[in-house]
Amino acid sequence: MPGERMFEQRDLVLPGDLLARGDFKAGDNAYKVGDEIRASRLGLVEYGEDEVSVIALKSCYDPKVGDVVVGKVVDVNINGWDVDIGGPLEAFLNVKDVIGGQPSPDIPLTRIYDIGDVIVAKIVGFHKTSMRPLLTTQGPGLGKVGRGLMIRITPTKIPRVIGKKGSMISMLLKETRCKLILGQNGYIIAIGSKRGEEMIAAALDKIERECHVPGLTDRVQEFIRSLKGGGEKVAAGG
Amino acid sequence: MISTRRHQVMAKIKKNRILNTLSKGKRLDGRDLDEYREIKFKVDVIERAEGSAEVLIGATRVLTGVKIEVGKPYPDVPDKGVLIVNAELVPLASPTFEPGPPDENAIELARVVDRALRSAEVVDLGKLCLIPGEKVLLLYVDVYVLNHAGNLIDASALSALLALMTAKVPVYEVSEAGVEKTEEYKPLEILNKPITVTMAKIGNAIVVDPSLDEEEVMDARLTISVDSQGRICAVQKGGSGYFTPEEVEKCVDVAFQKVEEIRSKVVEKVGEA
Amino acid sequence: MPLVVEGKRVDGRGLEELRPIKIESGILENADGSAYVEQGRTKILAAVYGPKELHPRHLADPQKALLRCRYHMAPFSTEERRSPAPSRRDIELSKVIRNALEPAIFLEEYPRSTIDLFIEVLQSDGGTRCTGIVAASVALADAGIPMRDLVSACAAGKVDGFIVLDLCYVEDQEGEADMPVAYMPKLGQITLLQMDGLMTREEFDRALNLAIKGCEQIYEVQREALKKRYEAIERLVGGEGT
Repeated sequence: MPGERMFEQRDLVLPGDLLARGDFKAGDNAYKVGDEIRASRLGLVEYGEDEVSVIALKSCYDPKVGDVVVGKVVDVNINGWDVDIGGPLEAFLNVKDVIGGQPSPDIPLTRIYDIGDVIVAKIVGFHKTSMRPLLTTQGPGLGKVGRGLMIRITPTKIPRVIGKKGSMISMLLKETRCKLILGQNGYIIAIGSKRGEEMIAAALDKIERECHVPGLTDRVQEFIRSLKGGGEKVAAGG
Repeated sequence: MISTRRHQVMAKIKKNRILNTLSKGKRLDGRDLDEYREIKFKVDVIERAEGSAEVLIGATRVLTGVKIEVGKPYPDVPDKGVLIVNAELVPLASPTFEPGPPDENAIELARVVDRALRSAEVVDLGKLCLIPGEKVLLLYVDVYVLNHAGNLIDASALSALLALMTAKVPVYEVSEAGVEKTEEYKPLEILNKPITVTMAKIGNAIVVDPSLDEEEVMDARLTISVDSQGRICAVQKGGSGYFTPEEVEKCVDVAFQKVEEIRSKVVEKVGEA
Repeated sequence: MPLVVEGKRVDGRGLEELRPIKIESGILENADGSAYVEQGRTKILAAVYGPKELHPRHLADPQKALLRCRYHMAPFSTEERRSPAPSRRDIELSKVIRNALEPAIFLEEYPRSTIDLFIEVLQSDGGTRCTGIVAASVALADAGIPMRDLVSACAAGKVDGFIVLDLCYVEDQEGEADMPVAYMPKLGQITLLQMDGLMTREEFDRALNLAIKGCEQIYEVQREALKKRYEAIERLVGGEGT
């Protein structure tokens, strides 16, 4: 072990807390000064082989190239569309991404994506200082979303919505019969019956609040079944 | 809440020069870390004002005018005169000053100058009452920044003090008819002379009387005012950085030293001019 | 009217005693982070939005996020109703509070964006800039803004010749000096320091040390407030089922 650990694995830590001393590297949501590693966000500390990080309980979205995100078009200009992806900066979708050659003045860009449209896109470029997130809608599953309920959760909790080997998401799909589009930016679209969409919203709220307590998948499943009035459970039990 | 101009970007080569020179214990203009630029002053420069003083610290130029008028007292202190300090960052003083009402920098400047004058009780406001509850003297101290070359606080505080020290109060005759201004004037009675010293922290160095360039690279500044009896009467930390408790103590030590110098070299000389 | 009688102050406290303090985090639905603090009779609400895009874009700093801070007092917060328009004091306090929090935040992580912080004084009994900073720090951490440490704040001062901690309104008005301090205890860094009144060098040193001690105590209450929401859920939920 490269140094001294000051907490137990998965303890709740706060900004400023001394997490470790020594040759550890500072991972996500942690920072190093001298030989001390401290937390920069409220969350659960994770000690790796040679790295100390914090699983943040709340954080804004940190864009990464390759992420699939759900966003809302908020402005359009001659070069393309400004898209709100809930991060510190608006993302940009270049007109050239959608139209091969030069845009024609006869076809207004709003005909392709209008202000207010919800789109699924992939981040193909980003640099913290010099480039705002650059998007593409070319690819399977990408493009405009026609209907559904949009729900926002903390981006760091998206992995919990998927679950170990997809256990949580497959349970949600089965129990609610909804289709789910997950954006790495914490924006989720639920598409199904009105009731199904509402159950997803309630389930996601529960995941957001309780994600730091183990046994989540089972609790959420029980919760959804209780929303359904226990009908399905009775049928299964015979 | 937010400034209206584009962020000033300092050339990296200049920033590096400042930091390199500091690491050798000197500043770009050749000064020692605890050395002020040359301080010059002139009093009675605006005849229409009851008091006025222009102070130059290096190229920083601040003119303060004192106007004395008759007005209503504050309802909760009916027998005291009123001191009102305002500061204008006049647009001609810097490419970064925009016309308009005082922004957060002008307001902070005015309030820091006011704090030192008020805490030290430079003027006994109780002696400025003409008819209690109705008519008192209003002391308007207007700080006018004419050229910004760094350290507006010290130049402003000093010019405000000198303007008050040399101000003449009109003599008013109070009768049943009311209050009448006579042709006579008497000097404004000054009870205390607080002196203000500002220091900037740049990396690990602490410099006194920061120049404009130094203000642009500094982490934080600390302003300390000390009165004629050696009591601290105002403190203001500014800037986005921090000070350790030890650095604060060091700044207070330096402040006491510089206050004595300014007091003997400048303030005591005002009478002689 | 004497303000200190036999070691007891106007509200019965000892010289170095804090007013009772209560902090709740995450109480506003829309804000990204929020906190409510009661310290004696001072009541303050703080909320954070961001980091988010700054419009107009040319006002943004290409190297770091901007922290925009608005300190404001509600018209019903003081003995006499005050105008809702920002006063010069509100503007100076917005600036010094911003300067007190900037050193704690990793602003360089989000260039060109803005972090908007709102501090509303709902009821004032002195010490509002310090209590405002205490609330703001909790709101920032609640919003998941990356920070080096929480910023705590407390004032010390001189009342009837005694150096005291955490002045209430009457003590600030009638006393001889007031010194608000903001401090990051894990890092030992002072981010706000002001003083008005008259103090000898020795009194200044004692007041500064006392204010720092007050900050350290309040810091623990801030930490508890942030933890307790999650610990409560853990207790509520962890006991049931598998």
